[in-house]
Amino acid sequence: MTTTKEVPALALADITCRFAARDDASKAYTAVANATLNVARGEFVSVVGPTGCGKSTLLNVAAGLLEPSSGTVEVFGERLLATAGVNRRAGYMFQADALMPWRTGIDNVIAGLEFRGVPRTEAVAQGEGWLRRVGLAGFGDRYPHQMSGGMRKRLALAQTLILSPDILLMDEPFSALDVQTRQLMENELLALWAEDRKSVLFITHDLEEAIALSDRVVVLSAGPATRPIGEFRVDLPRPRDVSEIRMTPAFLDLHREIWAAMKEEVLKAYEQQKAI
Amino acid sequence: MRLRILQLLLLGLLIVAWYVMTAPGLIPPFYFDKANRAAFFFGEPQKVFWVIFDWFASGEIFPHLGITLLETALGFTIGAAAGLGIGLWLALSPTASAITDPYIKGFNSMPRVVLAPIFAVWFGLGIWSKVALGVTLVFFVVFFNVYQGVREVSPNLIANARMLGASQRQLLRSIYLPSAMSWVFASLHNAVGLAFVGAVVGEYLGSSMGVGYLILQAEGTFDINTVFAGILVLTACALVLDSLVGVVERRLMTWQPKAGQTEKV
Repeated sequence: MTTTKEVPALALADITCRFAARDDASKAYTAVANATLNVARGEFVSVVGPTGCGKSTLLNVAAGLLEPSSGTVEVFGERLLATAGVNRRAGYMFQADALMPWRTGIDNVIAGLEFRGVPRTEAVAQGEGWLRRVGLAGFGDRYPHQMSGGMRKRLALAQTLILSPDILLMDEPFSALDVQTRQLMENELLALWAEDRKSVLFITHDLEEAIALSDRVVVLSAGPATRPIGEFRVDLPRPRDVSEIRMTPAFLDLHREIWAAMKEEVLKAYEQQKAI
Repeated sequence: MRLRILQLLLLGLLIVAWYVMTAPGLIPPFYFDKANRAAFFFGEPQKVFWVIFDWFASGEIFPHLGITLLETALGFTIGAAAGLGIGLWLALSPTASAITDPYIKGFNSMPRVVLAPIFAVWFGLGIWSKVALGVTLVFFVVFFNVYQGVREVSPNLIANARMLGASQRQLLRSIYLPSAMSWVFASLHNAVGLAFVGAVVGEYLGSSMGVGYLILQAEGTFDINTVFAGILVLTACALVLDSLVGVVERRLMTWQPKAGQTEKV
C-alpha cells in the first residue's frame, strides 16, 4: 500500500464483533470473528452467507455505525473510527424501510443534500433528476405510504445515490421485493453503477443475485463467529442482464462451485436455528 | 347523514325526557314528595335554554367565556411546549432521564387537582393560578407521549439519516421531532380537554371571572338551571376545541396513512 492507486476503497482488517448478553456479561455473543475483507476502487463485491450469520453487522462496521470489538476499518487508506462519526464517503441502503414517512418522495431524496446545506431550489432540481433516473418522475409529491415496495426501494436508491458516495453499502436491499421487481431493480442498479463505477459492498443471502451483480463473491461461514471462508471471482462479461445471465453455462458453473462451498454453512446455520 | 339524524333524535328524546320528568305537575311525583322538587334538583330544560339565551343575548357570558378560554389556551400552550421540550430532552439524555425518573413518576401519580389551592396562594385569584393548574395537567400527557415518541423512533431511520450526513441537530429536527409530533397529536385531544378542566376547576375554587365562577355563584343560590347552563356551555366549548385540534391535526399530519386511504401503485 505505497501508492494511492493500490489503496482499497474499503479495507476491513481482522474485524471481531462481540455483543454482551443483556443479562449476563460473561455470555457474550461473537457475531463476527477475525473477518478481513477488501473492496477495491470501482469493484462490486457481494457477501453471501446463511441467514443470521452477521452480514449486517459487518456492513454496519464498514459504515461506521458500529465500533468493532477489535480490528480496523480503513476507507481509502484512512482509519475509520465509529466513535468519531460515520463513514462519510459511504452511502448505505438498508434492508428495512428507512425513508422518512413524514416527507414526500422528493423531500426524502434531497434529505442528504439538505443536511449538507445545499440550497433548496438546487437540491430539488437535482432530486427531480434522480427521481427520473430511478423511474419515479412525477411521484415526488407522494408520501412513502402511498408507494409500493418497489417504488420505495427506488426512492431509497435515489436518496443514497444523489450524494454520489464513493462507496455504496447495500444490505439485502431487494430481499423484500417479488422476483420480477427484484430483477428489474437489479438491472437498474447495474446500469446506474456502470455510469460511474462506485465501489460496492453488497450483502445478500441470495447466491444468484450475488453472482449476477458482482465482480467478486465472498462467502461467509455460519454464525456465531462469522468470517469469510471463500472468495470467487466472477468473470462474466458486462454489461449484464441479470435475468438472462442466469441461464448461461458460465453462470451455472460458478453457481455450482460457490454453492458447494456454501452448502455446508447453510446446513450448519439451519441446524443451529432448529436447535433454538 | 342518517347517523346525524339519529344522533339528533336521541338528543331530542333526552331533552323531552328531561322536560317530562322535571316539569312541576306534569306527571305525578313518584320519587320526591312535592311536585316542584324534581325541577329543584335537576333543573328544567326550557329554563336552562333561556339562561343560555340571555347570557348570549345580553353578552354577559362573553367576558367569562373569554377568560376561561384564555386560561385554557395559555395552560395548553405552556404545558404542551414544556412537555415537548422536556420530553425531547429527557428522551435524548439517558442520564437525566434516569435521575428524574422517580420524580416524574411521583408528580404524575399525584392527584394534581389538589394543587389548585396552593396555586391560588402562589399566583393569586387571577388567571395565572388557573393557567398553572392547566399546565400541570397538560404537561404530563404531552411529556409522556413525546418521550415515548422519541424512544420509539426506528433505529433504521436514525442510522439512515446519519449516513446521509445529518448532524445531531439535524437528527433532532428532521427525525426525532416529526416522529414525536405524531405521538403528541395523538395526545392533544386529551391535553386540550385537561387544560379546560384545569381552567374550570381553578375558577371553581376561587375566582372573580370565568364560566366556573358563574357556576359557583349559581350553586351558592341553589340556581340549578344556571349551573346546568354553565355545564352545557362548557361542554359545547370543549367540543369546539376538540374539533379545532382535529382540523390542525389533519393539516399537519397529511403524511400519515389513514385506514383505507393508502393507495398502492
